[in-house]
Amino acid sequence: MLQSFGKYLLFMQSLFTRKESTRILFGRTIDEAILIGINSILIVAIVSTFIGAVTCVQVAYNLDNAFIPRSTIGFMVREMTILELAPTITSIVLAGKVGSSIAGGLGTMQITEQVDALEVMGINSASYLVLPKMVASILVFPMLVILAMFLSILGGYLAGTISGELTPQEYITGIRDQFIPYNITFALIKSVVFAFLISSISSFTGYNTRGGALEVGAASTSAVTSSVIAILIGDFLLAYLLL
Amino acid sequence: MIEIHNIHKAFGDKKVLDGVSGVFETGKTNLLLGASGTGKSVLLKCIVGLIKPDLGSVTFDGTYFTNNKLDIRQEIRRKIGMLFQGSALFDSMTVEQNVEFPLKMLTEMNKEERMERVNFCLKRVGLEGANKKMPSEISGGMKKRVGIARAIAPNCTYLFCDEPNSGLDPQTALKIDELIKEITEEYNITTIIVTHDMNSVIEIGDKIMFLYEGKKLWEGTRDEIMDTDIKELNDFIFANRLMRDAKKVEEEEREEEREEEERQHNQQQATQDQEKAPSAETIETQDEPQPENPEGPTATTQTGKTQV
Repeated sequence: MLQSFGKYLLFMQSLFTRKESTRILFGRTIDEAILIGINSILIVAIVSTFIGAVTCVQVAYNLDNAFIPRSTIGFMVREMTILELAPTITSIVLAGKVGSSIAGGLGTMQITEQVDALEVMGINSASYLVLPKMVASILVFPMLVILAMFLSILGGYLAGTISGELTPQEYITGIRDQFIPYNITFALIKSVVFAFLISSISSFTGYNTRGGALEVGAASTSAVTSSVIAILIGDFLLAYLLL
Repeated sequence: MIEIHNIHKAFGDKKVLDGVSGVFETGKTNLLLGASGTGKSVLLKCIVGLIKPDLGSVTFDGTYFTNNKLDIRQEIRRKIGMLFQGSALFDSMTVEQNVEFPLKMLTEMNKEERMERVNFCLKRVGLEGANKKMPSEISGGMKKRVGIARAIAPNCTYLFCDEPNSGLDPQTALKIDELIKEITEEYNITTIIVTHDMNSVIEIGDKIMFLYEGKKLWEGTRDEIMDTDIKELNDFIFANRLMRDAKKVEEEEREEEREEEERQHNQQQATQDQEKAPSAETIETQDEPQPENPEGPTATTQTGKTQV
């Protein structure tokens, strides 16, 4: 475990030694951002809309009390969504989608000697392949989390109003009640940290794959598992330190 | 010219290379020969720097490579072209982009110059027109050609080929061997080829180094290899011959089987034709006015045949 962590740190260091030109890395980062971002919009949209809807219905079920105003449902949906569900659940979903894709892609490149081909050309393969993925993830994840926040709240609104749990006015009053802008900042900090964790852990796992197709599959699984655990630990630490 | 001196490499307890030294000359196809697991590929990777040897040194045209400063190693690496066993083409790029890649990364050429060079290299390896194909859409032999084109695109000084004809049929393998030989002589580069194929030795081996259990057992030319008295090398050649003979016998047997099948098929066809023939002639003869036929149907048939 400690040895792996040491190797991970050395891997991180290798990303910043003998980098390729900024022009090349910029182009690669844009490509990766499109791949990671655009391709993840649909899944993030579906997951976050339903999470918002389910949260709204469940909160309404638990707050079935005449002394509690119905607008509290909107308030709770907003708080849960911004503080926890949007950044964390979105990141866990992305760990499955983006993390496995990064690990699988790099693992395949490693076992088919494509990484060696880069090295023979005098290119720092780790920097060329991994750094753009990490930068792209760090740029794109916050955008996806903002989208997830918006769609979750919208999902809650639709579920709440269509099911008749509360009126549109009550929901909007609730989501505007006692709004703390720092919570958004906190969520975005979380998304950046999670983006770093997912992309770096998946890249490290994929880049160090040896063997054949079976090992590539194992690397993908391992990347997702490790990323999810890292997200949960990171989530706790960030909540403890920043709230 | 590439010189290696006293290369040692072990993976855990397993000693893979044990003090290998030698010189690989410019403008010649230098072959690293040996059975599987004798350390040929590891030696090749030690030379290009993909694996760090435990001991020993490599020099490229007098410049020390192993453990030298990163900048110097990078400079040398940029003169290296390598053809990998599985071709190692970038899956996400087209043939054209694969060949263009080193030019984009290692040179200051503009797009137009790069494309000119790409087309030249593809033409040189006989792949003009395959520019837009993806690696998954081309055959193994074509992949090897693209690999060679990518290796020579940035005007490499050193060409390394790791089992260039593995997985190819004998005819394609021969073509790839010839292509490497031509390119080596044409551009006067230092080429090192890892192989266990005696056909390659006979066809293109200018200088051969035979490895056995991580040690260099023999070095010489292809004319000298048949006269050696080293048992391991002779065994290797014999095994190769046996394999080739076995293949030859197998091919001959297949050829015989094919001929037999063809003969049987022809016979069947002839029999069927013969069976069909009388009825056709009968029809033909029925259409025409029949002469008097005292001898029966056979005579009718003969008449029919004569008419045809």
